[in-house]
Amino acid sequence: MSTEILMPALSPTMEEGKLSKWLVKEGDVVKSGTILAEIETDKATMEFEAVDEGKIGQILVAEGTEGVKVNSPIATLLADGEAPGAAPAKKAEAPKADAPKSEAPAAAAAPKIEVAAEPEVPPGTEFVNQTVRDALRDAMAEEMRRDELVFLMGEEVAEYQGAYKISQGLLEEFGARRVIDTPITEHGFTGLAVGAAFDGLKPIVEFMTWNFAMQAMDQIINSAAKTRYMSGGQMGCPIVFRGPNGAAARVAAQHSQDYSAWYASVPGMKVIAPYFAADAKALLKAAIRDPNPVIFLENEIVYGKSFPVPKLDDFVLPIGKARIVRPGADVTIVAYSITVGQALEAAEKLAQDGIDAEVIDLRTLRPLDMDTVLESVKKTNRIVTIEQAWPVCSIGSEVCSRVALDAFDYLDAPPTKVAGKDVPMPYAANLEKLALPTVDDLIQAVKAVCYKA
Amino acid sequence: MPEAAKSNSESQKKLYHDMLLIRRFEERAGQLYGMGLIGGFCHLYIGQEAVVVGLMGAAKQGDQQVTSYRDHGHMLAQGLDPKAVMAELTGRSTGLSRGKGGSMHMFSSEKKFYGGHGIVGAQVPIGTGLAFANQYRGSSAVSLTYFGDGAANQGQVYESFNMAELWKLPVIYVIENNHYAMGTSVKRSSAVADFSKRGSSFGIPGINVDGMDVEAVQSAGAEAMEYCRSGKGPIILSMNTYRYRGHSMSDPAKYRSKEELTEYREKRDPIENYGKKLIDRGVVNEQDLKQMDAEVKKVVVAAAEFATESPEPGLNELYTDIYA
Repeated sequence: MSTEILMPALSPTMEEGKLSKWLVKEGDVVKSGTILAEIETDKATMEFEAVDEGKIGQILVAEGTEGVKVNSPIATLLADGEAPGAAPAKKAEAPKADAPKSEAPAAAAAPKIEVAAEPEVPPGTEFVNQTVRDALRDAMAEEMRRDELVFLMGEEVAEYQGAYKISQGLLEEFGARRVIDTPITEHGFTGLAVGAAFDGLKPIVEFMTWNFAMQAMDQIINSAAKTRYMSGGQMGCPIVFRGPNGAAARVAAQHSQDYSAWYASVPGMKVIAPYFAADAKALLKAAIRDPNPVIFLENEIVYGKSFPVPKLDDFVLPIGKARIVRPGADVTIVAYSITVGQALEAAEKLAQDGIDAEVIDLRTLRPLDMDTVLESVKKTNRIVTIEQAWPVCSIGSEVCSRVALDAFDYLDAPPTKVAGKDVPMPYAANLEKLALPTVDDLIQAVKAVCYKA
Repeated sequence: MPEAAKSNSESQKKLYHDMLLIRRFEERAGQLYGMGLIGGFCHLYIGQEAVVVGLMGAAKQGDQQVTSYRDHGHMLAQGLDPKAVMAELTGRSTGLSRGKGGSMHMFSSEKKFYGGHGIVGAQVPIGTGLAFANQYRGSSAVSLTYFGDGAANQGQVYESFNMAELWKLPVIYVIENNHYAMGTSVKRSSAVADFSKRGSSFGIPGINVDGMDVEAVQSAGAEAMEYCRSGKGPIILSMNTYRYRGHSMSDPAKYRSKEELTEYREKRDPIENYGKKLIDRGVVNEQDLKQMDAEVKKVVVAAAEFATESPEPGLNELYTDIYA
């Protein structure tokens, strides 16, 4: 029985083409790789090769014919010793019109990531004042003691003790095998750490600042965040990328950028941006244990601030949970990272003017804890977000849009954003000050939504 | 036949068989693409079969592999089921990545195959990281990191070379020089065309290998693995090879002469030549090869049938495997 040779699709978008030229004639013997014809696609003229061996029976489409539909028969191929027309051509190679349909129903929407309840700090627990810097160091040290697969890698993390002194003492305790100074080679060591994580190690990659991680963006997004999905769940990337994010002071445009919204927009990634030392410690520990890639955004100016940290052996917080850091009734202020401090300061001043603000520290930016935000807005009917990042497509933009969608009927004023100005960070002291959001900016915005300007 | 010679003849037959399987698989994949059953980009390995088959012939259990988007041959060479590979190409639930990766993104934890990477050169630091993991764990495994002559011009390759030599990581950089980075020839893209020298400023040795000769590849591979396993650090194997088809299915490959392609196909074909060699050595006869071809064809046809008859992934799969 002969088989049909079909018009091939030779580009991702081709639906029909021209059979420009036959390079075989009826009766020719062909084998795998024999070039049968030249075919003009929507992009180019391609050679069309035989896959099966046999003898060309009939040529069904003359050369020079245009508009030949993909998958229509163009010739027949005879098996050994078969005469043309001996048996009807079989459509053995013809494709199924459609793939068999799956029975499973579509998921209605993206499932929510399970977030565990926040553990209570046991009553009577002692709190000690600690800097964010030391809290981060302790988190890494505790996890490295707990799990041999955890290691720290980055520029100046070992002998120099960290460019911002976050890894102080770690080389002494864990040795050069697990606290690794890299060359200045972000793209390379990020990819290397991703490869090590694919193989089951649990790297912590320190970027001296997040600005330098842009060199490594492809490995962070394309390799770390997408591989679990692309491998059908076979291969994960348990890795933490951490370092200072956002503006420091007087280091100008290339060293002063908040990347929160960039990373928070990527499925497959978790993003954390804490303010308080206890959160920094407990969430970094959670990040190191998490089997997914986690972006951990710190802030240089916050490193030196001291806050009470519970004195517990193993204090871990769930990723994906915001916290109401100041309850209030009149307006919701949503902040993260350094702006939490600004929000609390503004709330104190607003209280003097009779406005009782509720301050929410997002802590995690992906998954975003909108439940906490929406509950608050349903109570206060007003929301102002504050962030240091650029205002376009920011975390504040996301929060405000979700509030507008999901709590529209509760709103008494437009959801309002306070953010950095839409400019590269200037160097001059006066301009830099102007580019960043201030406590006053926030107070004005809150008064505006409370109609108390 | 003495036992040693017999096992030797079995391993020679396996080299031939595995190359043939890749060739026939890729031809069938090309055909399914022509029928619209495989979508998007599809990069065939036809012509380069001796590279991966020869190296797998030298590798040990536990050695890792990572490569670019031209990855079907790499998966078949390590014994992954042709059905699961073909079903991934057609985007079906039975594919290696359950239809969510496609031709360019396939993985196997079980076989230590770490992809299948769509971004040119990205697999090079990743493969270096696999070697780092071997050293960290004190295992004797070697990372086989494959990339092309095009990727060899990416900056991250040299960042990787530097760290690999600095830390003496057990990684073999296999540069598959098929002479064209998509449509740009090595001559037009590389200041130094001898890829075995690409590690010289880092002190990484390199060996030029005839990548069309499966036994030459195997013995260079064995030498390189011995080098890595003895703790000397990374090594480069520059494979002189050739791809017969275009860069991807939609590339008419007009940037090279017909004569050049014909020369490789007719005089240097890795499968044809090795078949002749095995006949000359008396390992097989014509009939054996014909029979092997028929068996391979059967496997490939079954894979194609499986890949077209399997259902697409369930719509609920859209949101699975994003987070652990």
